[in-house]
Amino acid sequence: MRILVCVKQVPSGTQVRLDPETRTMIRDARQSVLNPFDAYAVEEAVRIKERLGGQVTVLSMGIPSTERLLRDTMARGADEGILLSDRAFAGADTLATSYTLAEGIRRLGDFSLILCGRMAVDGDTAQIGPELAEQLGIPHVTEVCRIVSLDEREAVVAREAEGVRRTLAVPLPALFTVSREINQPRLPSLAGIRRAAQGSVQVWGASELQTDPERTGLAGSPTKVVETYVPEREQECRWITGTAAEQAAEVLRVWKERKP
Amino acid sequence: MTKGTGKQSEENGLLIDRQRCVGCGICASACPFGGISVQNGTAETNAACTLCGTCVELCPAEALSIRREEQKADDGHRDIWVFAELAGEEQLAPVVRELLGKGRQLADARGCRLAAVLLGGAGSFREAELISLGADLVYLCRDASLADPLEQPYAQVLAGMVEQFRPEVFLFGATSFGRSLAPRLAARLGTGLTADCTELAMGEDGLLRQTRPAFGGNLMATILCPARRPQMATVRPGVFAPAAPDPNRSGRVRAFPLPSLSSGIRVREQVQLPPVESIAGAPVLVVAGRGIGSRKNLALVQEFARRMGAAWGCSRPLVDAGWCEHAHQVGQTGCSVAPRLLISLGVSGAVQHLAGIRRAETVVAVNTDPQAPIFQVSQYGIQGDCVEILREWLRQLG
Repeated sequence: MRILVCVKQVPSGTQVRLDPETRTMIRDARQSVLNPFDAYAVEEAVRIKERLGGQVTVLSMGIPSTERLLRDTMARGADEGILLSDRAFAGADTLATSYTLAEGIRRLGDFSLILCGRMAVDGDTAQIGPELAEQLGIPHVTEVCRIVSLDEREAVVAREAEGVRRTLAVPLPALFTVSREINQPRLPSLAGIRRAAQGSVQVWGASELQTDPERTGLAGSPTKVVETYVPEREQECRWITGTAAEQAAEVLRVWKERKP
Repeated sequence: MTKGTGKQSEENGLLIDRQRCVGCGICASACPFGGISVQNGTAETNAACTLCGTCVELCPAEALSIRREEQKADDGHRDIWVFAELAGEEQLAPVVRELLGKGRQLADARGCRLAAVLLGGAGSFREAELISLGADLVYLCRDASLADPLEQPYAQVLAGMVEQFRPEVFLFGATSFGRSLAPRLAARLGTGLTADCTELAMGEDGLLRQTRPAFGGNLMATILCPARRPQMATVRPGVFAPAAPDPNRSGRVRAFPLPSLSSGIRVREQVQLPPVESIAGAPVLVVAGRGIGSRKNLALVQEFARRMGAAWGCSRPLVDAGWCEHAHQVGQTGCSVAPRLLISLGVSGAVQHLAGIRRAETVVAVNTDPQAPIFQVSQYGIQGDCVEILREWLRQLG
């Protein structure tokens, strides 16, 4: 079974702090890492390969340094990495990104299964999976928490959301975004790291993909960020001072006043 | 001048005026994406630039600017649509009332109609309710094949409706299904979609100003979709005030014929999970953050909440650390809450968290750092160790 996993490089930690006065990002120890949700997609793909045989290809769109991440996924069991990288892809919103990824996948050929993390922690949109499935014309299921059964023609998957558990029979090829309940990702193995060092990561740009310049990067992005600002607060905070006992008592007084 | 992401078009992108640039590097240290650096004494951008504009505002030499192409959408798009998601076969999802409340304001500002779009199986008769909640018009497609909410057939039907009736704006609740359906539809229509908005405003030019937390929750970003229609957004549940029903309102219902659908996914089984304690509607809520220090202190939080007759929640780091279930997460990617009293323990207050608690009436926060952003939204603040205060509360509550 040919399985494709889409991954993204994100800044490490979600606590990128901003100085509200200067609006300067405090970026100590800010490094790029694999989007944590994508580790579950890589792991699930590798488990399926181990069970049913096949090949796991990992695909990303990003800056050249993303290659390191693709090697990291190979150390976790993926077979090859493909990086879509070109200045023409920069400034892409989710529509342009999903188009570019879809063109990369078309060039790679047919896959039975495409797996993504449920969202990227830097953008929090969770839009790439469904948009990519639509671009490829295949069904998708988001937040899959279990692959119940799988053969070349059909997957049966479970998703839990908003208090309902659905079991769905999905004809393949299909795209799933997976939730963190689906597995416990393994760490890179020593043998894997060695294999990854020798493995290949191909880098494709706009000329290899023959992408439409009107559909990639900034030009292909219908949404535009026009303003960013640090939200202002007008709330005046009343400090409760004294000993811990006094402070605790004062809060309980507020509670007695407000409780229904 | 050099351009950041200008390969596609000659005039667009981040422009660097080399005459003005002094090579101070403020842009490089401010860029959230590593999209600009100083080389040979001058700023240079690279492919990581997303044109967010952070560097432009900070540049002391005013050497940076962003040029965006002036794009205009075709005329002929009008009206504001909201997707009337059903919770189960019969009920409207709670977010639909909120979408109609906000949608009504936007439609009045724009001087256009507000329409609700209802898809469902044979039993889904909510048209009158949608009209009472503010819809001037209900587009309806009712068929047994639409009984299960599935993205592919729903996107097909909605795309057909959009192509025929050409709305200017189409809003979805950022529910699990809404966040899966809306991007599928947006890709099908080739239009823009903004995820999980917490503010929406209509500009005089008909452009919807869509605002959401960005960059790890430290900034708010306002996003436009200037040239494609409809302008699409998913809207965070629990953020906007729900519309009040008015049974005297009138409106029209327009049935849309079912197109032939490509068959795909089949629902094998559907099980209602046992209800988890809901934090969304809790009148008193205790929220724990990283400041509780260790996992075992969570038991103190739970015990405190129990004795207060309160629900308990947590901030995102505790879910990421595996200490708490996602169902307890308060904030932009968890649950938006609106308690009368919220007691926040050791939560620093990322913007995404603050967005999720902004409808709380009274916030009491305990944190060791008096500069923590949580205090900016608190009526009462205690600078101190929340575990110590917790123990004190448990002692005083007996």
